[in-house]
Amino acid sequence: MIKPLNLIGQAIAYAAFGAMLGYFSAAPAYVYRDPNMAQIKISFSHAAQRVGECRRLSAEEIAKLAPNMRRPLDCPRGRLPILIELELDNQPLYRGELPPTGLARDGSATIYQRFPVTTGKHHLVARLRDSKRTTGFDYESAADVELAPQQNFVIEFRAETGGFIFK
Amino acid sequence: MTDYVISLRRSGRYAFEWLERGFDAMFGPSWNPFHQLGALGWFFYWIVVVSGLYLFIFFDTGITAAYGSVEYITNVQWYAAGVMRSFHRYASDALVVVMMTHLLREFVMDRYRGPRFFAWITGTPILWFVYASGITGYWLVWDKLAQYVAIATTEWLDSLPIFGQSIARNFLHETTLSNRFFTLMVFIHIAVPLILLFIMWIHIQRHTHPRVNPPIGLAVGVLAMLLVLSLVHPAISQGPANLNTVTAIVNLDWFYLPVYPLLDHIPGALLWAAFGAATLLLLLTPWLPPKRRRPIATVDLENCNGCGRCVADCPFSAVVLGPRTDGKPFTHEAVVNTKLCTSCGICAGACPTATPFRRASELAPGIDLPHVPVRELRERTLAACRALSGEARVIVYGCEAGVSLSCLSAPGVAALPLPCSAALPPAFLDFIITRNYADGVLLTGCCEGDCFYRLGIRWTRERFAGERDPRLRARVPRERIATCWAGITGSASLEQSLHAFRAKLKALAPLERRTPLSSQRLTEQASSND
Ligand code: HEM
Ligand code: SF4
Ligand code: SF4
Repeated sequence: MIKPLNLIGQAIAYAAFGAMLGYFSAAPAYVYRDPNMAQIKISFSHAAQRVGECRRLSAEEIAKLAPNMRRPLDCPRGRLPILIELELDNQPLYRGELPPTGLARDGSATIYQRFPVTTGKHHLVARLRDSKRTTGFDYESAADVELAPQQNFVIEFRAETGGFIFK
Repeated sequence: MTDYVISLRRSGRYAFEWLERGFDAMFGPSWNPFHQLGALGWFFYWIVVVSGLYLFIFFDTGITAAYGSVEYITNVQWYAAGVMRSFHRYASDALVVVMMTHLLREFVMDRYRGPRFFAWITGTPILWFVYASGITGYWLVWDKLAQYVAIATTEWLDSLPIFGQSIARNFLHETTLSNRFFTLMVFIHIAVPLILLFIMWIHIQRHTHPRVNPPIGLAVGVLAMLLVLSLVHPAISQGPANLNTVTAIVNLDWFYLPVYPLLDHIPGALLWAAFGAATLLLLLTPWLPPKRRRPIATVDLENCNGCGRCVADCPFSAVVLGPRTDGKPFTHEAVVNTKLCTSCGICAGACPTATPFRRASELAPGIDLPHVPVRELRERTLAACRALSGEARVIVYGCEAGVSLSCLSAPGVAALPLPCSAALPPAFLDFIITRNYADGVLLTGCCEGDCFYRLGIRWTRERFAGERDPRLRARVPRERIATCWAGITGSASLEQSLHAFRAKLKALAPLERRTPLSSQRLTEQASSND
């Protein structure tokens, strides 16, 4: 026998369960980033130069190789690390050396970093070294940007198109 | 450590029983949602599948069109597809709630150790699959929450050193967004729940009569609740994703995404390690500490005719009928699977040869528990009966998983423990009452609707009602039998029931016995058992 009082109890239990589902399925809000800030994100993969120069093999050396492996040049597979520097309003924002990936250290180096920055006008400089040089950089770009709140400003790099890409 | 686990379980069980008592009052024991958590899990799963299939008709799997199609579902076709979307979301959330409560409850009720480890071990991957289903689901809407989930999840995956390329790079900018990746997510969101279904099916493989459908009253209530919720508070999107901006504030689904905020404070790799460790701990839980196993049921072929009642009643698929091996003119014999037997004794309670009317020397059922054989139960019963005096003499049989029997000490009352209430062959009640060893028998045990050995209370009721073999004979006056399903927190209600039962017995006219026993035969009978 279901008594009216029991039905009321059930209704309350269902309402409480439904309210819990309804509320926590989309609340309370989570503040992931400060809504008054902007963000700079740098992300790309780039293969730095090889560790060493290729060496021309002598005829005897070539003959010694298995027929399907014969080639005129012997190139070391490993790559150099890349060095990245970011500067915002003449203050260092990031500096890092990224190792090549892969077991043989012959893959691209990868970066994925984000930085919260204040909104408004900024002077941004990005530099990258991917060669054996010990001072200076192989690529450098600068830009004056104006960042809006919650803007996601992206820095990419593509050597084929001449270096850094700001979006 | 061991003591800690035991006391944790025990306090948990008190808390659950206390809460469930309240729900019993509202829903009645058979509709009590706490007794139906596994069944509710299945029910919510099916609601999610059906609503998902409907949504898929209108969903556009292209990343740029996905958001628009979900907006159409929500706003234009709000009365059907919109309601389905809300059902899909809220039933998924409810699935998490019942699953977590179910996990906790199985733990505190200690139904995960010994031979019962299997459901626990197969339940653990279910957690991963449920969460993977939910997270990929939020991804597909391609609104601001989806953007947040996509970026946070891929950044988290990137913290694992298994993917050569950064996956988060896919979500760098509007121009890097790829349709292919989105299609992959759609595929995962369909494949993962399908695998989940398969694991859920394996999860209940070792149970006979698994409860996979909630009782109709509960199902209707749940559907009505979801419908009202869907109309009052429909599931909506949070504005289209735009990778040129940062989603600064998101409304998280805290059922599926509670750990995401942690990723802003601790390294992703550490969180993976924590989840890995937690999963490992869950997988080891059934052996922390291991259950001390009691002797398992053994078959005595001399007394087994292969009737199959033990097979029908074993809640854990631990007995099967095998071909006859001893040359007796029966086709089958009972065979116990040592790995599955929980020593509940329900099989002995089902065996037609387990009848106390046979003399002590002959009483050996076809299947029995070696440490608490039916013959010994008969002896203990007779000894207890002999000690009874006064009016309204009652024998109380209590299942060990239920309330403690120590509170019952009155001159006219004797209490005897059983491994499970259904381990008592119904013939014992016939024997005690029709032979006038006592005036009534009371059975107590776990809470109603929630037998520790799953089916003990159900079989007891059906046997007493004459609906299931072995039936309690019609000649046994039912007013001399009482049950009190009290759980471990029910000593007060057990005392009350006993009191009321004895008052009722006192008011009954003396039993007209078919074969009244002279006092001389009574003594003879008793001494023959010594
Ligand atoms: C989608 C999620 C789940 C569903 C639908 C589900 C469903 C079920 C069902 C239907 C039963 C049988 C109940 C009965 O008839 O007695 C059961 C038992 C059980 N489940 Fe789950 N389950 C889920 C998740 C889990 C999880 C995550 C765990 C723990 C890690 C777990 C542990 C257990 C245990 C220990 C039992 C009892 C086994 C026994 O009585 O011997 N389940 N589950
Ligand atoms: S003791 Fe219980 S689990 Fe073991 S065979 Fe008998 S009924 Fe099955
Ligand atoms: S119930 Fe008894 S007689 Fe029937 S198959 Fe099982 S052990 Fe044999």
